Amino acid sequence: MLTGGQILVECLRNEGVDTIFGYPGGAVLPIYDALYDADIRHILTRHEQGAAHAADGYARATGRPGVCLATSGPGATNLVTGLATASMDSVPMVALTGQVPTSLLGKDSFQEADITGISMPITKHNYLVRDVNDLPRIIKEAFYIATTGRPGPVLIDIPRDVSAAKTEYRDPGPIGLRGYQPRLAGEPAKIAAAAKAIAKARRPVIYAGGGVINSGAAGQLRKLAETLMAPVVVTLMGLGGFPADHPLYLGMLGMHGSRYANYAVSECDLLLAIGVRFDDRVTGKVETFAPHATIIHIDIDQAELGKNVSVDIAIAGDVRTVLVDLLKHLTSNPDPAWNEKIQHWKKEYPLDYRKEGMRPQAVIREIAEVTAGRPVRITTEVGQNQMWTAQYFPFTRPRSFISSGGLGTMGYGFPAAIGVQVACPDELVFDIAGDGSIQMNIQELATAVNYELPINVAILDNGYLGMVRQWQELFYNRRYSQTELRNPDFVKIAEAYGAEALRVEKVTEIRPALEQAVASSKPVLLDFIIEREENVMPMVPPGESINKMLG
Amino acid sequence: MRSTFSVLVENNPGVLARVAGLFSRRGYNIDSLSVSRTDDPTISRMTIVVEGDETILDQVAKQLRKLVDVIRVRDITNDPYVDRELVLIKVNADSAKRGEIMQIVEIFRGRIVDVGEHTCIVEVTGDEGKINAIESALKPFGIVELVRTGRVALQRGTQTVLVEE
Ligand SMILES: Cc1ncc(C[n+]2csc(CCOP(=O)(O)OP(=O)(O)O)c2C)c(N)n1
Ligand SMILES: [Mg+2]
Repeated sequence: MLTGGQILVECLRNEGVDTIFGYPGGAVLPIYDALYDADIRHILTRHEQGAAHAADGYARATGRPGVCLATSGPGATNLVTGLATASMDSVPMVALTGQVPTSLLGKDSFQEADITGISMPITKHNYLVRDVNDLPRIIKEAFYIATTGRPGPVLIDIPRDVSAAKTEYRDPGPIGLRGYQPRLAGEPAKIAAAAKAIAKARRPVIYAGGGVINSGAAGQLRKLAETLMAPVVVTLMGLGGFPADHPLYLGMLGMHGSRYANYAVSECDLLLAIGVRFDDRVTGKVETFAPHATIIHIDIDQAELGKNVSVDIAIAGDVRTVLVDLLKHLTSNPDPAWNEKIQHWKKEYPLDYRKEGMRPQAVIREIAEVTAGRPVRITTEVGQNQMWTAQYFPFTRPRSFISSGGLGTMGYGFPAAIGVQVACPDELVFDIAGDGSIQMNIQELATAVNYELPINVAILDNGYLGMVRQWQELFYNRRYSQTELRNPDFVKIAEAYGAEALRVEKVTEIRPALEQAVASSKPVLLDFIIEREENVMPMVPPGESINKMLG
Repeated sequence: MRSTFSVLVENNPGVLARVAGLFSRRGYNIDSLSVSRTDDPTISRMTIVVEGDETILDQVAKQLRKLVDVIRVRDITNDPYVDRELVLIKVNADSAKRGEIMQIVEIFRGRIVDVGEHTCIVEVTGDEGKINAIESALKPFGIVELVRTGRVALQRGTQTVLVEE
């Protein structure tokens, strides 16, 4: 006989789980008791939100499901932001929560929160386990749902009497989900139609997103681009899906995309949208998005096809599987003048910044240079720091840029970096942070020090909630309402936690500071005091067409 | 446009909340939703009537299909189908007015299923038009309470919405 907690551990092992991120409490005592003897690494974060983001970072770095664990009530509600973040960015995750005993459910019992109700719209699916005998089946289903189709977080709520109950462990057998049968292959007729449209195109552009990375299709994407000689623009989630040093790469499109990426989309006659969802930050004014193009949309999620933009050819299927099929059919006939035009735009409107003073873009470029040639993973917080990273760090491999895109969660980057470093112990990990965002999960310094994770945090410290300040400058007449920050001494804070820390105020100090950080085997916090009112440019004003850019 | 969806779902706790939550958070307008278990106790059938343009109706079907507990979704609006709704109307009915009410109920092939001192309850089954008509016919007498089931529908003949397709 095993307890529910022991069965849970057994099932997690069967799913190949080697690490979980969590925080204990009364309702998960039987689970923690089982973990005490288990062959699973448990990382104790200092906040459940940190555990959720760490599991998310682990998943984004590896492609394997991240697992987090929290107690009932406040423990469970502290996971909410992490679940919503993972849900928006299609990250495979399994969240385990304790719950009050079944006899106390629905009675506003101590530390009871209806987490299955709360998390319904921000999970792919969720479960409340009422009988310990259902545990093996539910756990198996949860991992299957989280990792197949369009990935996403799944939550399992386990009442304390269920995790304490004893029973025989029984293998649940094959999965039988009548309502969940993700399809892989695209419809052949649609693929043929796409190939035909591609053959006719004179000015093709590939618009690639996170689906390319999720489905492991970076190789196919590259082959596609090279076969068609088509330029590639990527979304925030698509960064790393196509090498930034490739001549066909045009960088990110959309609100803070490069001019040449947005111009190319605005003038192309064929837009091949792959693993993307036409988010409003990408399309700008949707009526004038890619106005001259035949649009082909490939995505695993049928519901994304035609949701925000009506498309000409919609192919539901796994991006990689569809691209493999599509590549068998391709001929192309691009107009040489198209490439010339793009080269002209690239020369005429380069992504650039002013060089004097402490420019955040320069810090990012230096991080890229210092880490060049070594495997590096970059997480970001949210705001200007995130956009500068997206614009100026040359990502060349999938899963190397890890950032909260859909939800835009400040406080994501640092705990995510913990998950990334745990997953990739031999790689360099940087969290490129803002002085506002870092304070949203700064307590995780304790976790990084505790587990000797040599994460580097580079705060681009402008003393502002910079991105909000930028909008106030541009659209609210410079009325900086509640965006100026009086910050603590970040160096002292980091040192108090037991990390190394440096303040960097001069351009000449940037490089040595970074070299010191990279060489250190401890967590290092670098506080870069940057130009206070630097803006992220270019920028598409909200509601404008993407070829109408400021800056 | 108004569409009728026939939806098969797992008879799990929470499935109604999942469907209702989906409609409310995505801002879809439900005209009516009726749900009950089928001949297979593990499966419920929902008949959902939705108002929206073509894009919205397309999204409704696709978003419903994404729910793990939803097994089948079909927009049967353009198929031949039978639809029914049942209404119970408690209407003021003093002895002087009863004869008149009974005549109206007769015309609609309804029934009087309860008679109280000052009221009676009328039951009518039919499509929406018929239900609306009896409601307006009884209004002048004074409707005390009214309850409608919402539409239930099945396709005619060989067309079906079943687990096995
Ligand atoms: C949790 C959360 N709260 C509020 C916001 C809104 N917001 C977006 S960017 C930003 C400013 C971030 O400031 P900082 O971390 O210093 O980054 P900077 O823009 O200065 O680089 C804010 C408040 C958010 N994205 N997330
Ligand atoms: Mg800032």
